[in-house]
Formats: sequence, C-alpha cells, structure tokens
Amino acid sequence: MIFVTIGTAPFDRFIRIVDEVAPQLGEEIIAQVHQLGFEARNIKTVNFLAPDEFNELFEKARLIVSHAGMGTILSALQQKKPIIIFPRIAALGEHRNEHQLATAKKFKELGSVYVAMNEEELKALLLRKDLKPLAEIGEYASQSLIDSIEEFIG
Amino acid sequence: MQLLRIARPMEERYEVVYLCTHPKCATMVEGHEFLLIEDYSRWDAWKMIPAFFKMVRLIWREKPAAIMTTGAAPGLICLYAGKLLGRKTIWVDSIANVQHLSASGRIARRFVSRIYTQWKDLATPRVAFAGNILGSEKSEK
Repeated sequence: MIFVTIGTAPFDRFIRIVDEVAPQLGEEIIAQVHQLGFEARNIKTVNFLAPDEFNELFEKARLIVSHAGMGTILSALQQKKPIIIFPRIAALGEHRNEHQLATAKKFKELGSVYVAMNEEELKALLLRKDLKPLAEIGEYASQSLIDSIEEFIG
Repeated sequence: MQLLRIARPMEERYEVVYLCTHPKCATMVEGHEFLLIEDYSRWDAWKMIPAFFKMVRLIWREKPAAIMTTGAAPGLICLYAGKLLGRKTIWVDSIANVQHLSASGRIARRFVSRIYTQWKDLATPRVAFAGNILGSEKSEK
C-alpha cells in the first residue's frame, strides 16, 4: 500500500498526478486529502484521519508520498519508510511562502529522501519498485550537537 | 519531538525537568518531572504576560543550570525569564527552518546565551552549527 499525505491545506495538483499514474502501479493507494476539488478515480481518498488512524496507515504503508512537510519527513525517517516528497509551490497558490521548495532542495542535496520537483519526476519515482529508506537516522541527535550543548552547560 | 532527541541522551548527566504545552508529552518523559504550560502564539500578548511571571517563579524555584528550547513563543518567553534570572539559555532552531532562522529564533538570537541552527549554511559567528536532531552522518552536510 502507498500512503499519500498532504497535511491540512488543499494540494490538488499533487493528488491529480498520483491519481493519473495510479492505474500503472497495480497497488492500493490511500490518500489523505484536504478539500479536493475533483473526484479521484484510481485512488482511495480520505478527508480526515484521527492521529491513530493516520499512524496506522503510515505504519502499514510500503511507501509514503507526501508534500514537503518536515513532520512527515521526520516520521518517515524515524520509522524507516521510504518517502517521496513533492513540494508545494507558493507561486501556484499552494502555500504562503516557498519554504517547502527550500526544504525539498535541501533534502535533495542531502540525499536522505526521494525528492520530486515536478510531475515527470514524481511519476518516474512512483513507477519504481525498488525504493528504500535512503538514510538511517540515529535514535538521538548528532553526538556533536549533544557534546556541544553539554560543554556549554558545563 | 525534536527537543527530546537532544535532551534524552543528556538525562544521564543532568537532572532534566520537561516543560510542554501538551499534556500528552507527559507519557513521553515518564520518570522525569513534567510541567504543563499554557500554549500561545507570538501574537497573544495578553497570555504572554502572566505566562512570563509564571516562568519567573518556576525558574526561581527550580534554579536550573540551563534552559533549552526549540521554540516557539512559550519557549522564547521561558528563555527570556531565564535570561533575567541569570540562567544559561539555549535556543535550538527547528530543523524545519532551512532558509533562515524562525521568527522566534531571530528574537532569541538577540538575548540567549547560545543559539544553534540545524543547517550548516545558516551558521554565523553568533549562530552555531554542531549537527542536527536527525543524528545521521548523511544529514550533516
């Protein structure tokens, strides 16, 4: 199962792409959507998920596909789930500012999650069957950060 | 959640008291003193003032060696009260801020004793970088 999540603002451009490519995937896709302005034909959409339901879908999923929200990225890394992020673009009215674009560029540089900057890239990544978690994150923050803080506290 | 990834490994060395605006956090830090504080945004001046005095009393009572937060407004107020009481104050800007410090972080920068960014290219002589909450080598470029 592929779990798609966009948080609490509409993101039709993204859901439409996923819906379009879905028939080629042959896999169940469940999308958490918000005020979807069209009828999705090939994926299951859910308007509201309680935290527990959200976590359950997240855990069950083989792959997470998400807007470039830091919370979802962190959850995916923590739970060792492969994740594709697709940034909201403020110039298209999808957000107040371009910080998701900046987040996406950063994570692309780091190479710790899959990043799709446009429709072609998103479709290509969704069609791949070999996606795996790209980074293993530790249980805790960087030791260097903890050391630095402890040294400062004394 | 971000803060816990820093504070948990420090529990061995220090006595840690956790403050959070959400009661659910209590279960995440069982075995440690946990205090619930009121939540508010930067625009709630009318909530900030009593919250500030509450913090002053709390810090006076606990006398912590240091106070650390990732924000936002309640954390900022707590650091400010700590600053006035002569405590070490540490701001760790959220990893979500990849382009510039958060608005609260920019205020914190003016008075805290130590401020960290989690992104290397945002480091300045004033704003330190020493890694991030992910704790993987791949994320520390």
